Amino acid sequence: MRNRNATAYRFLTPYLLIFAIFWVWPIISSFMISFQATRTVPWRFAPSFNWGRLIGDPAFFNALKNTLLILVIQVPVMISLALVMAVLLNSPLLKARGLYRFAFFAPVVVGEVAYSAVFRLMFNLDFGIINKLLNSVGLPKIDWFSNVTPAMALIMIAVTWRWAGYNAIILLAGMQSIPEDVYEAATLDRVSKLKQFFYITLPLLKPVIVFCLVLSIIGTMQLFTEPFLITERGGPGGGTETLGLLLYRQGFRSLNFGYASAVAYTMAGLAIAITLAQLWLTREPK
Amino acid sequence: MSSRSSARLGRSIALHLFLTPLALIWLFPLWMMVVFSTMPDNGIFSPGIELLPHGNFIDNFNNLQRDTNFVGAIGISVSVAVTYTILSVLLTSMAGWALARYQFFGKGVVVAIILGTITLPYAVVLIPQFIMVARDFKLANTWVALIVPPLFNSLGVLFMRQSFSMMPDDLFDAARVEGVKEWRIFLFVALPLARPMLAALAIILFLASWNNYLWPLLINSQPGSMTAPVALGTLIGLTKVSWGGIMAGAVMLTVPMLVVFVLLQRHFIAGIAAGAVK
Repeated sequence: MRNRNATAYRFLTPYLLIFAIFWVWPIISSFMISFQATRTVPWRFAPSFNWGRLIGDPAFFNALKNTLLILVIQVPVMISLALVMAVLLNSPLLKARGLYRFAFFAPVVVGEVAYSAVFRLMFNLDFGIINKLLNSVGLPKIDWFSNVTPAMALIMIAVTWRWAGYNAIILLAGMQSIPEDVYEAATLDRVSKLKQFFYITLPLLKPVIVFCLVLSIIGTMQLFTEPFLITERGGPGGGTETLGLLLYRQGFRSLNFGYASAVAYTMAGLAIAITLAQLWLTREPK
Repeated sequence: MSSRSSARLGRSIALHLFLTPLALIWLFPLWMMVVFSTMPDNGIFSPGIELLPHGNFIDNFNNLQRDTNFVGAIGISVSVAVTYTILSVLLTSMAGWALARYQFFGKGVVVAIILGTITLPYAVVLIPQFIMVARDFKLANTWVALIVPPLFNSLGVLFMRQSFSMMPDDLFDAARVEGVKEWRIFLFVALPLARPMLAALAIILFLASWNNYLWPLLINSQPGSMTAPVALGTLIGLTKVSWGGIMAGAVMLTVPMLVVFVLLQRHFIAGIAAGAVK
């Protein structure tokens, strides 16, 4: 490796330029906008205008509560499911591996709009295939869109369907990088497969699991399209409103950039706090 | 020995008995997307259970085209995704090359910043990006607005840095002894060697652009400038709209990507897995 400042920066400049214009400046700008009253012309500096409103705004706490609820339930369920998928797809006993891989990995390429549309139709009250199937086995119909609990469940089901395979791909790659002879030695010592999973696979996979958790938490924290399109702008009555949706509504419907920036920074603060907590909880014991 | 192999058989059967229903559940929404796209609207909203495709796709597509100019939107989506992919692959591999092959002042800072942005929610930059592009640069409803801001991509750079740093030094040193310039070494020695990684990266970037929703929804909201997902999204929730048409649009957005996925599965998976395997 050679020390060449000029050459290195010539290669880096276009990338860093885009980064400076479209990320560094917005990160600073967003912070400053959050301290301004933006619905007057010109904007004026009013430190407590947005932040003061935020801590007293029931709509904010509703969105925060919904986002955290989805986070706490959906992310662990999805990562566990992804882990199960990855372990089973990795089993040497599996036949027709390609078909199973296709089934679980295919949602990764499906766009948010396309799958939101399908889920809306599938979960329709009177004509949706899910309620028809529930009926046909003698269960009552569920009104997925008018009641808060089923609506939240629907959002979580949709997100889990879309992202479980994505996480399974990452976990599977992590599993395949664990050396085979570790398992061979364990098998020779008559350690059961289940014990091998808990005492070999899980500990060695921990960094990859943490990576998946962090990515999923940041993604779910910003959840927007599913409550926007599937449950119709966070319905019923704000029951599935998320922080992402609140930001959209405040920033781009009411054009209240100051308040929306305060919401954005709350999301960033939460994401950073949760990520740091995650890294701290799963740190290597010294 | 025979008890061992029969235990193996039992385990294998249990595995398939568990995994097959799960796989069918996972395929079900995609299958229903195809089924819906071939059904007339009064068939979709009828009490019977329909699980097999009908023959109404062309009618549905015509309804979709009547509701919104979907073919035009697909044209924009394809052009934008192709341009974005080419530019982004070039930019991220140049940056990855610099980080992998040179020692330079400020390198640690650059790497730390790139890593830091992975954990930073996009929401934080969204509003100023919008104000800047729409109000200051007056670029709303243009291709530039769709292509340029998303060019910053941290996982891509880390992936390319990883790819280039695994290449042996003597390859490049031999060229340097001959007096070949650094940019020629990058273009004509390094990039061709990195072809499989570039393919993986390109697929992931293309997919990201193709499916991108929030930014295009905000910045290109005029009917003639919408990407295909945005155009389709405007129909969801309308009262007088052809749902068969929406499903035909969903199929047109999804099936080409599924085909690419099947054909290039290895690259696809490599691209996604790259994020985690350091």
